[in-house]
Amino acid sequence: MNTAFFSYLANLALALLLAPLLFGVINRVKAKVAGRHGKPLLQTYYDLAKLFRKSEVISPTTGLFFQLAPALQLVAILAALCLLPLGGNASPLAFAGDFLLAAYLLGLGRFAMIVAALETGSSFEGMGASREAAFSALAEPIFFLAISVLTSLHLDLGETHDWAFSLSLLFGGQSAGAWLSGKFELLLLPIVFFLLLLVENSRIPVDDPTTHLELTMIHEVMILDHSGPNLALILYASALKLWFFASLVAGLLVPDLGAMGFLLWIAVIFLVACAIGLVESSMARLRLKRVTTFLGGACAMAALVLIFSQMR
Amino acid sequence: MPFFLAALGIFALSALACLVPSLLRPSKQSAHLANVLGLLGTLAGSVCGLLALFWPGQPPLASFQAQLGLPFGTFSLALDGTSRIFLVPVFGLGLLCAIQGFLSLRHERPSQHNLGVHWLFYLLLLLGLTLVLSARDIVLFLISWEIMSLAPFFLIDFNDSDSRVRDASWVYLVAAHLGAVALLAFFVLFWQCTGSLSWQTPVTNLTETQRTLLFVLALAGFGAKAGLAPMHIWLPEAHPAAPSHVSALLSGAMINAGLYGIIRTVSLLSPKGIPPEWWGWLILLLGLGTALMGILKALAQSNVKRLLAYSSVENMGIMTMGLGCAMIGQSLGNGWMALAGLAACLMHMLNHATFKGLLFLAAGEVLHATGTVNMAQLGGLAKKMPVLAACFATGCAAIACLPPFNGFTGELTLALSLLDGSSLASTERQMALLLSFAALCAISGLALTLYAKAYGMVFLGSARSGFAENVHQKSWHGIWPLMVLALGCLALGLLARFVFLGTGMAAAELFPMQTLTGFSQARTSLDQSLTTVAAISGCVLLATALLVALRKHTLHRRGIRFMPTWACGYQRGTSRIEYTDASFTEPLARVLSPLMGQKVSISQEPGLFPRYSQLLVKAPDRLRRYVYGPLFAAIESVCNALKIFQHGKIHLYILYILATVVGLLIWGLV
Amino acid sequence: MFLNICLYLLVLSNFLLLGTARVVQMTKYTALQGFLLAILLFHFGHTVLTVAVLLIKGLVLPGLLWRTLKKMPSEALICPHRLVAIDVIAGMAGLAFAIWLDGRLGSDLTHNLFPELFLPLGLTTLFCGLILIIGRVKAITQVIGYLAAENGIFLLGMPLMTQGTTWFELALLLDVFVAVFVMGIAINRISDSFASMDVDHFRSLRD
Repeated sequence: MNTAFFSYLANLALALLLAPLLFGVINRVKAKVAGRHGKPLLQTYYDLAKLFRKSEVISPTTGLFFQLAPALQLVAILAALCLLPLGGNASPLAFAGDFLLAAYLLGLGRFAMIVAALETGSSFEGMGASREAAFSALAEPIFFLAISVLTSLHLDLGETHDWAFSLSLLFGGQSAGAWLSGKFELLLLPIVFFLLLLVENSRIPVDDPTTHLELTMIHEVMILDHSGPNLALILYASALKLWFFASLVAGLLVPDLGAMGFLLWIAVIFLVACAIGLVESSMARLRLKRVTTFLGGACAMAALVLIFSQMR
Repeated sequence: MPFFLAALGIFALSALACLVPSLLRPSKQSAHLANVLGLLGTLAGSVCGLLALFWPGQPPLASFQAQLGLPFGTFSLALDGTSRIFLVPVFGLGLLCAIQGFLSLRHERPSQHNLGVHWLFYLLLLLGLTLVLSARDIVLFLISWEIMSLAPFFLIDFNDSDSRVRDASWVYLVAAHLGAVALLAFFVLFWQCTGSLSWQTPVTNLTETQRTLLFVLALAGFGAKAGLAPMHIWLPEAHPAAPSHVSALLSGAMINAGLYGIIRTVSLLSPKGIPPEWWGWLILLLGLGTALMGILKALAQSNVKRLLAYSSVENMGIMTMGLGCAMIGQSLGNGWMALAGLAACLMHMLNHATFKGLLFLAAGEVLHATGTVNMAQLGGLAKKMPVLAACFATGCAAIACLPPFNGFTGELTLALSLLDGSSLASTERQMALLLSFAALCAISGLALTLYAKAYGMVFLGSARSGFAENVHQKSWHGIWPLMVLALGCLALGLLARFVFLGTGMAAAELFPMQTLTGFSQARTSLDQSLTTVAAISGCVLLATALLVALRKHTLHRRGIRFMPTWACGYQRGTSRIEYTDASFTEPLARVLSPLMGQKVSISQEPGLFPRYSQLLVKAPDRLRRYVYGPLFAAIESVCNALKIFQHGKIHLYILYILATVVGLLIWGLV
Repeated sequence: MFLNICLYLLVLSNFLLLGTARVVQMTKYTALQGFLLAILLFHFGHTVLTVAVLLIKGLVLPGLLWRTLKKMPSEALICPHRLVAIDVIAGMAGLAFAIWLDGRLGSDLTHNLFPELFLPLGLTTLFCGLILIIGRVKAITQVIGYLAAENGIFLLGMPLMTQGTTWFELALLLDVFVAVFVMGIAINRISDSFASMDVDHFRSLRD
C-alpha cells in the first residue's frame, strides 16, 4: 500500500512537472509539419517564470473575484487531477462517484473564469465567456455518457459498486483489458475523449489558441485582462487540464502493466500531444455554428458505444 | 410533541393577533405593530417548531390525537422522519424569510399596504404548511391544504395596485384550485375505497383499477402544487409578482408540499410497500421532462425572478427524478437505487430550500435597491453591494452544483442512483436509466451557464442603465438572513454525510428497503463518498486561500496598476456595448431555441445606414399561450353564452322558479 | 476477432455515411463498404465472389459515381446540415432497433444461421441505406443510399451462401451494376436539362 501511495505521488509530481511540456511538444510538431524550426520545447516554462516575476495590471471595473479566480481554477483542476489514477496507480482519494466530483471541479474552475471574464465588463470577454459556457454545457452530457458506458461495463464484469463508480478503476487499465479481450466498440471511447479534449482545452477545430483578439476566440479572449502572476496561474492551469484529459485517453488505451506501466502511460500522453499537433496543422478552425455539429459527432460516437456495449 | 403543538398554537394565535392592526386605521404605528407582531409570532412559532424537530430523545414517530369537532375526521397529527425533513425548510426558511420581510417591509408606506393582513396570511401559510406536513387524517389534511393554498393568494397580491400582479395571483388561485379539485376527488375516492379516514396506515384492500385511478388523481393534484410540467404555469407568474420573502418561502417550502403529497401517497398506496414499476417510470419521466423544460425556459428568461421561478420548476423535476428512480429500484428489488434515489430526492429538497431561498431574497434586495430585476438593465452591482453580491454568488454556485456547496451532494447521490440502473435486468431499463443520467448531467451543465449568466449580468461589469447606477444601498445588517443562508449552503455541503444519513433513515421508514440487495452497501459507500467530497472541498478552499495569500504577498512589493479594461484598442467603449443576457445565451439558443421557445424579432430601417433598429428577444410560455389560454377562453365563451338566462328581469326569474317547481312535480309523479 | 473488427468498421462507415454532408465523402465511404464486404467474403472463402465484389462494389460503382460527381455543379454536392443530424439520430435508432430485434428473435434462429453480430449489423446497414434514400434530397445520394441498402442485403445473404448461390449473387451484383449505371446516365441527363438536382424538383415530371 505504501509503495503504491509513493508511486502515485511520484506520478503526480511528474504530471505537475511535465504538464507545461505538452504545449512545447504540440508547438514543435506544428512547426515541423509547417517546415519551421519552432519555439524551444521549454518555452512554456520560460513564459511561466517570466510571468511570475511581473507585476499586474488590473481593470478598475473588476472586483475581488477577478483576482481570486485564477487561483481557484488552478486548485480545482489540481484537485481533479488528484482524483485520476496516474501512471496506472489508483488514486488514494478514490471513492464511489469521484468522476462526478472531478467533472464538477473542472466546472468550478470554468465558472470562476467565466465570472472573472464577465467582471471586466468588456464585450469581447463576454463573448468568450458565453461561448465557453455554451460549448462546455453541450460537452458535459457527452463526457458522462462515455463514463456511463464504462461504469456499466465494469458493473457487468462483476466489480463492486464502490469501485465501478470510481475513476481509478475506469481509467486504471482494466478498461484497456476489456477492449483487448474483444469489446472493440470501446476503442471509440478514447476518440470521444480526444474530441472532448479538443473542446475543453480550446484546441483547433473548436478554438484557435494562437490568434489573439479575434471575434472567433473562446478561451484566449476570456483571459485578455489577466496579467502577471495571475496569467501564469491560468497558463499552468490549462497545462494541467490538458494533462488531465490526455490521461483520460491514456487510461483507456494503456492496459494494466504493473510497476513499469507508467512509462507507457506517459508515452501515450505525449503521443496525444503529438496528435493534437497533427490535427492543428491539418485542420482549420470550424465556424462556430459547426462546433455543435462537431460535438454532435462526439455525442453520436458515445451513444454508439453505449448502444453496442449495453445491448449485447 | 408539546413543542410542536406550541408552535401550531403560536402560529394560530399570532395570526389572530395580526387581525387587530389590520382593522386599525392605517398609520405608521399600526403598520409597525403588525410588523412586530408578525415577526414575533413567526420567530416564536418557528423556534418552537425547530425544537420539536430536533429535541433529542423523542420517539421516531411522535403522534397526537384530538377531536376536530366536525361530523367526521379527527385532529390527528404525527411526526415521522419524512414529515420532520419536510418541516425543516418550513420553520427554518419561514423564520429567515420573516426576518428579511420584516427588514424590508419597515419602509413601506402604511397607506399603500395593509401589513396586518400580510402577516396574518403569512402566519396562516406557515400554519397550513405545518399542518399539511403532519396531518394524519384526511379531513384535517384537506382543510389545512386549503388554508395553505389560499393564503399565498393574498400574499402574492401584495402590490395589488399593479394589474399584472393581480393577474398573476388569479393564475395562482385557478391553478391551486384545479389541483385541489383533483385532490378532493382523490380523497373522496380514497375514503370510498378504503372506508377509513386515516392518512398513515398503508392501504391493502384495493383493486388494481382503484389503485391506478387514485395514483393518477394524486399525481395531478399534488403535481399541480409541485409545479410538475405541464402544470407548472403558475410558478413563473406568481413568483415574480410576489414580494421576495414570500416567493422565497413559496419556492423553498410550499411547493415541497406537493412532492410530500406524492411521496406519502405512493408509500401508502403501494401494495406491501412495493410500488408497481410503471409508477416509477412515469414519475421519472415526468421529473425528467419537467427538469429539462424548466432549465431550457429559465435559460431564455431575462427577468431574474422569472428565471428563478423556472429554475424552481427544474429543481422540482430533479427531486421527482430521484423519487422515480427510488420507486423503480424498490419495485425491482434494488436497494442501492431505492436508498440513493429517495435520499437524493430529500437531500435536494433541503438543499433547494437553502439556495433558492437565498437567491429569491437576494433578487428581492436587488429589486429594492434598483427598482428592477430585468437583467438587461442591471450590471455592476457587485461594486456597490459587495455582501449581497457574495451571497448571490454563493447561491449561484450552490445551485449550479459546484463542489464546496450543497447542490453538488444531492446531485452526486442522484447520479449514482441512476447509474446503478445498469445492473437492472433488461436492456431497455438500463438504457433508459443511463440516458436519464446523461440528461441529468446535461441539465446541470446548463444550470452552470444559466447561473453564470444570472450572476454576471446582475452584479458584474458596469451598469447598463440608470437603474443600476443610482443604487439605494443597504448595509450588511439589512441583509444578514441572506448571509445565514449562504453559510447554510456551505455548511450543508460540508456536512452532507449527516444529511444523507438522516434522509436515508427517513427513506427507509417510507419504503421497506432494508432487506433489498445493495441497501447497506449504498449507505456505507455513499456515506464515505460524501465524507471524502467534503474533505476534498475543504482542501480546495484552503489551498485557494493559500494561493491567493501567496499571490498577494508576491505582488505586495511590486504593486498593482489599475488601467481601464482592454477593449482591443477601442477607446470609447460604453456599457451599451456590453454583453447582455440574451447575447450571453445566444450560442446555446442557436442550437436549442426550438426547445427554449425563444422568439427573436428584429426591426430595422431599410438602407445601408439604419438610424433606428431594435432587437427583441422573448420567451413566452407556449403551454400557457397555446393550451391553457385557448382552453380557458373556450370555457369563458361557453359561460358567456349562458348569460342569456341572466338578463335581470325579475318576472322572468320567477317564471324559471315556477317552471322548475312544475317540472320537479311532474318528474316526481311520473 | 478479425470478423468483428470488419463488422465494426462497417457500422462505422454507415454512420460516417449518414454523418457527412458532402457527397464526395459519401462516395469514398461507399467504396470503403465495398472493400469491407470483399474482405468478409474472403473470410468466408468465396474467392470468385470476392474478386467480383471488390471490382464492382469497391472500384467500378464508386468510380461511376465519381465520374458523375465531377460533372455536377458544386452546390449539388452539399446536403443541408440539419438533415444530417436527424439522419444520424435515425441511424442510432435503427441500430438500437436492430440489436433489440436480434435479441428478441431468439438465439436458435440467429445463431444457427448467422455468426454473432451479422444479423443486427446487416439490418443496420439496410436501415441506414433506407434513411439515406428517405432523408436526403439530392438525386445522387439516392443512388448511394440504394447502394448501402443493397450492401445490407448482401451482408445478410452472405452467411447463407453456398457454392450454387454464388452465381445468383453474381447476377444480383450485375443487376445493381446496371441499375447504378442507368441512374448515373439518367442523373447526367437530368443535370443537363434541369438547373437543380433536388429530388423535390422532380415533382414537375409526374404527369
